[in-house]
Amino acid sequence: MDIYDKLFWLLSAITVGCALGVILSRNPVNSVLFLVMTFMCISGHYILMNAQFLWIVNLIVYAGAIMVLFLFVIMLMNLNSDVEPQKGQLVQLAGVISGGVLFLVLLAAVKTAVPVGIDKQSLDIGLIENLGKTLFKDYVLPFEISSVLFLSAMIGAVVIGKKDDSAITNETVQ
Amino acid sequence: MAGVAAGKRGFYMPVNSTHYLFLSLLLFSIGIMGTLMRRNAIIIFMCIELMLNSVNLLLVAFSKIFGDANAQLFVFFIMVVAAAEVAVGLAIIVMMYRKVHSVDINILNRLKH
Repeated sequence: MDIYDKLFWLLSAITVGCALGVILSRNPVNSVLFLVMTFMCISGHYILMNAQFLWIVNLIVYAGAIMVLFLFVIMLMNLNSDVEPQKGQLVQLAGVISGGVLFLVLLAAVKTAVPVGIDKQSLDIGLIENLGKTLFKDYVLPFEISSVLFLSAMIGAVVIGKKDDSAITNETVQ
Repeated sequence: MAGVAAGKRGFYMPVNSTHYLFLSLLLFSIGIMGTLMRRNAIIIFMCIELMLNSVNLLLVAFSKIFGDANAQLFVFFIMVVAAAEVAVGLAIIVMMYRKVHSVDINILNRLKH
């Protein structure tokens, strides 16, 4: 068991534990913090696999920007464990059973896959130079389209979140 | 040395693609469970993010295993789309909260009337 394997097991244990914390904690703020921890552990997996570009993007975009957005919205709404809606015990049990059954089915589907070993020494795949060359050589069009997507998402978020005084209000409230 | 390795193979094998498959499936199933168990719209949204990340992790693992950089760019584009999705989705949730003063998804039942 070398250092790669030890780090893999450590990070995997923390990842799964924090993912369980996300769905089990009553307080939404704790859920967000557990999710940040999960994303940081997944970033740890990326750095373990030497995907340095995705490591820093995951850390900045996911754990930084997106989760702060979630935290900001939750604090804006002043949610806490007192006002947290809970499903009934039976529905929760049904959710756990369905998730577990899905896990078993997926596991059975990939069980016969031949395990492929990891080349722990390869260095250059995930470096920013290599990825940048591929991105701007083969994926220029999707890259530009994603910028249009961002623009439309930004406009959409502003339009949806705008304080409205039009006729939409009367239809939804009743 | 070889004897030790052979003796250990019974209960331990070095990390390979199966380990990453198992971890990714576990995270995905936890996300599904959270989506089914909770009523808070924001938590459900976070569970969807968790599922997206489990897929990302598997893509990066296979990119590493097979030495292919394309998979990592797919992960990059998934992150881009997820960021746009979060912006719009949270705007919708904020607007829903402004209308009904709750993020309980059961309130959305009234959409069918």
